Amino acid sequence: MDDLLTDFLAETAESLAELDAALLKLERAPDDAQTLSLIFRLVHTVKGTCGFLGLPRLERLTHAGENVLGRLRDGKLTVSTEIVTLVLAVVDGVRLILAGLGATGAEPDGSDAELIAALDRVAAGRAEPEAMIVAPVAPSPRPDRAEAAAAAQTIRVTVDVLDHLMTLVSELVLTRNQLLQLARGEQDSRFAAPLQRLSHITSDLQEGVMKTRMQPIGHAWNKLPRMVRELAHDLGKRIELVMLGAETELDRQVLELIKDPLTHMVRNSADHGLEPPAERLAAGKPETGRITLNAFHEGGHILIEIADDGRGLGIGDIRAKALAQGLATEAELAAMTEAQIQRFILSAGFSTAAEVTALSGRGVGMDVVKTNIERIGGTIDLKSTPGQGSRFTIKIPLTLAIVSALVVQAGTERFAIPQISVVELVRAGRGGETGAESVIERIDDTQVLRLREHLLPLVNLAELLELEGAGEASIIVVAQVGANMVGIVVDRVFDTEEIVVKPVAPILRDITVLSGNTILGDGSVIMILDPNGIARVTGIATGGETRLVEREADAPRSGARTAMLLFRARGKQPLAVPLGLIARLEEIPRDSIETPTGVAVVQYRGRLMPLVPLSETPETQKPTQAVLVFADGERRTGLMVDEIVDVVEDRAEIELSAARPGLLGTAVIGGQATDVIDTAYWLAKVGQVTATAPGP
Amino acid sequence: MSTAMLDRPDDAQAEADRQYVTLTVADQLCGVPVLGVRDILFPQAITRIPLAPSEVAGSLNLRGRIVTAIDLRRRLRLPPAAPGSARMSVVTEQGGELYALLVDQVSEVMTLRPGAIEPNPPTLSAIWAAFSAGICRLDTRLLVILNVGRLLAVRPRAPG
Repeated sequence: MDDLLTDFLAETAESLAELDAALLKLERAPDDAQTLSLIFRLVHTVKGTCGFLGLPRLERLTHAGENVLGRLRDGKLTVSTEIVTLVLAVVDGVRLILAGLGATGAEPDGSDAELIAALDRVAAGRAEPEAMIVAPVAPSPRPDRAEAAAAAQTIRVTVDVLDHLMTLVSELVLTRNQLLQLARGEQDSRFAAPLQRLSHITSDLQEGVMKTRMQPIGHAWNKLPRMVRELAHDLGKRIELVMLGAETELDRQVLELIKDPLTHMVRNSADHGLEPPAERLAAGKPETGRITLNAFHEGGHILIEIADDGRGLGIGDIRAKALAQGLATEAELAAMTEAQIQRFILSAGFSTAAEVTALSGRGVGMDVVKTNIERIGGTIDLKSTPGQGSRFTIKIPLTLAIVSALVVQAGTERFAIPQISVVELVRAGRGGETGAESVIERIDDTQVLRLREHLLPLVNLAELLELEGAGEASIIVVAQVGANMVGIVVDRVFDTEEIVVKPVAPILRDITVLSGNTILGDGSVIMILDPNGIARVTGIATGGETRLVEREADAPRSGARTAMLLFRARGKQPLAVPLGLIARLEEIPRDSIETPTGVAVVQYRGRLMPLVPLSETPETQKPTQAVLVFADGERRTGLMVDEIVDVVEDRAEIELSAARPGLLGTAVIGGQATDVIDTAYWLAKVGQVTATAPGP
Repeated sequence: MSTAMLDRPDDAQAEADRQYVTLTVADQLCGVPVLGVRDILFPQAITRIPLAPSEVAGSLNLRGRIVTAIDLRRRLRLPPAAPGSARMSVVTEQGGELYALLVDQVSEVMTLRPGAIEPNPPTLSAIWAAFSAGICRLDTRLLVILNVGRLLAVRPRAPG
C-alpha cells in the first residue's frame, strides 16, 4: 500500500478515537465551544486529507458531517442527543470506509446517501433529526478491526521523546561502561554475572532505541525516480534507475543529512556519467543507461554505492583540468595513480569552474557533497573504469550519537579519535635505530614517516594541542583525511570504546581540531579529535593544497607557496630543491657506499641505488652521507649533498635563470637569494653514467 | 487567613529573588543569584581543553553531563590560585549548557534586604565593572553581585 495512505489510515484512526470521546463530552456539555471546535477541526482534517488522496466517498460523507458541525459551531443549530448520534453515525461510516481501505487499498462499494441526506436536512434546519437516524450501510466487516490493526502497528511519538530516550540510553551505556571498568579490576566478583547480564540488556536496549530512530534509506530515495525520469527527458537519454537495499535503515538524523548529497550524485551520474543513446550504441552498450543505488550495512556503518554504466571519468581531461587550475603540477600528476587523479573531481577548486561540467568529469558540487559527507563523519571514495562507468562509495556511520573511538594519550591528556578515520596504528622507532620498520624523521621541524612506499606527514598531537608533559610520542595513528593520510603522533594507545558524542560548549565551537567531547567508562571527560580539523589547521588540506601526501612530487609553480628543501653541497651558500620532488632523505653510513664500476652505489631497500655527487669536492669527514632520494617509478636515485639545512615554505619564483648547468636559476627563498638545482639535469647524469659505464 | 495564604508564594518568590550564593575569589566576596545556581561542586577532576580560551579551565562530569568550567580568577584577570589548592565550583545553566564557575570558596546563601544592591561605583576597575551587576554593603565587607551571563560570554581565543 501507498505510504501516504498508510499514514492517513494511522492518523485518521487516532482522530476517530479522539472524535468519539469529544462527541460524548459534547453531549454532556453542549455549550462547550472548545470541544465543538475540536470536533469540527478533526472532521475537517479528515475531509481535507481524503480530498487530497482522492477518496470521494469518504470526502462526501465527511463534508456532510462538517456542514452540520459548522452550523452547530456558528450557533445556527443547538447540540442535541440526536445530532450527536447523527455525527457518531458519520464517525462509524468513516470507520467502515477506512476498514475497506485498509483491507483492499480502495474505498469499499456502497452508498452513504441516506446518512448524507439526513445530515443535509439537519444542516438546512428543515427536519427534526430524531426521525432520521440512519444506520450506516453494511455494518460488516466490523469497523473496529481495521482501526485496531492500524493503531497497533504504529504509535506516533514526537522526535523529542525519541531524542530524549536516546540521551538516556547513552547515559546508561556510559554507566554500564563505568561499572565494567570497575569490575575488571576485581577477581571473582559476585557482581560479574549480573553485570554481564546488565551489559547485554543495555546493548539490546541501545539497539532497540536506535531502531526507533531508524528509517529506511528508501525515504531519502523516493524522489529520485521522478527526478531521473525528468532528467532523462530533458537530456534526451534513456535511463534506468535501479535501487537496491532501500529497506536498509539508518538514523533519521543521518538520513536527513545524506539526502541532498545523494540526490546530487544521482543527478551527476545522469547528466555527466551516462552517454547519449547514440554514443552508447556506438560503444556497443545497451541504449538505456543504468544508474544503480545500493545500500547495505557493514560493520557499524552503512555503505551507499552510486554506480553508473556510463563512460567513466576521463583521466586525460581531469589531468588537464587539474593542471590548468593549478591544483597540481605536471610532475605531480606524472607520479599519481589513476585513482588519485580521479579524486581531483572531489577537490574544491575543481568543481567551481563552470566549464568542468561540460567535460567528461562530474562537475559542480562534488566538493560540497564530500564536505557534507565528511561533516557527518563519513568518507567518499570513487572508482571509475573508462568506458564502463563509475562507482562512488559513501561510507557513513549508522548513527551520530554513539561511535566507536580509539582512546589515545598525548602528554598528560587522553583523547578519542573516531574509529572510522583510523586506518592503522604504527609503532615507530627513532631515527638511527636500525631494524625499526618505520622511522620518524625530521626535515627541520617537519616530521615525516616512511610508511611503506610513501612519506606520511606527521602531526605531533602534544605539540599541536600545546600539551604539557609530552612523552615519547612513538605511536602513530594513521588517519584517512579525504584522499590523504595523516599520521597523528601520540604517546600511548588505549582501547577502543563506544563513546557517546556530545557537542562541546558554544564557546569552544571554534576549536576545529575538536569534534565533541564524551565521558569515558571511568567517568572522566575526554575530548574527541576531528582528524579533518587537524589536517586543516596543520595545512594538510583535504583539497588541492596537499603536499607530500600519497605522492612524491611537488614542483615550484608561480604564485603558489612551495616547500623548498635547503641544503649545502657546494660551498657555504645553501641550494634549494622543491621538497615535493624528494621521495626520502637519508643519512647513509659512508662505509656502505660502494663504487664497483666507478659509479657510487648503495644497497637500498634490496636494490642498488646509484648516487650522484652534487659537488666535485664532497665533504667526506662525517661518518654518514646525506642523500636526497628521488624516485622515478621503481627506480631510485640519490643525490649526495653535504648537509641538509632547512625546509622553507615560499613562493619560490625563479627570478634569474641559471648561467651554470645543473641550476634552474635563483629564487628568493626565506628572504635570501638561493640557487635552485635542476633535478632533471642531475638525475640524467646517472643515466649517462650508467649507460656509459656498463660492466666490463 | 486566606489572604495570607495567597500572599505567601509571592513572598517566597520575592525572597528567593533576593537570595545570593556567596563565594570568594582572591579574597573578594562575590554573590550570584541563587535561582541561577544548579549545583555546588566540591573539587573534582577537570579535563583540560586544548586550544581553549585561557579562561576555560576545562570540562568536568556532573552526573553524566559535561560541564564547561570557567576559572573565575582568570576571567577577572586575578593572579592564579596557589598550585594544588582545592577549588569549588558553582554550576549554572545558560542556553541549555551547563557551566561551572571555578572559585576559591563557596560560603553561604544570603538573603539581601530589598534595594540593598547599589550601582557600581564609577571608580571600579574596568574589568570588575564589566562583570559586576552591583555592590551590596554588608556589615563588615562589600559583596560584589556578579553578572553571570557576562562571565560566561567567553570570547574564543584569537587564532594563532
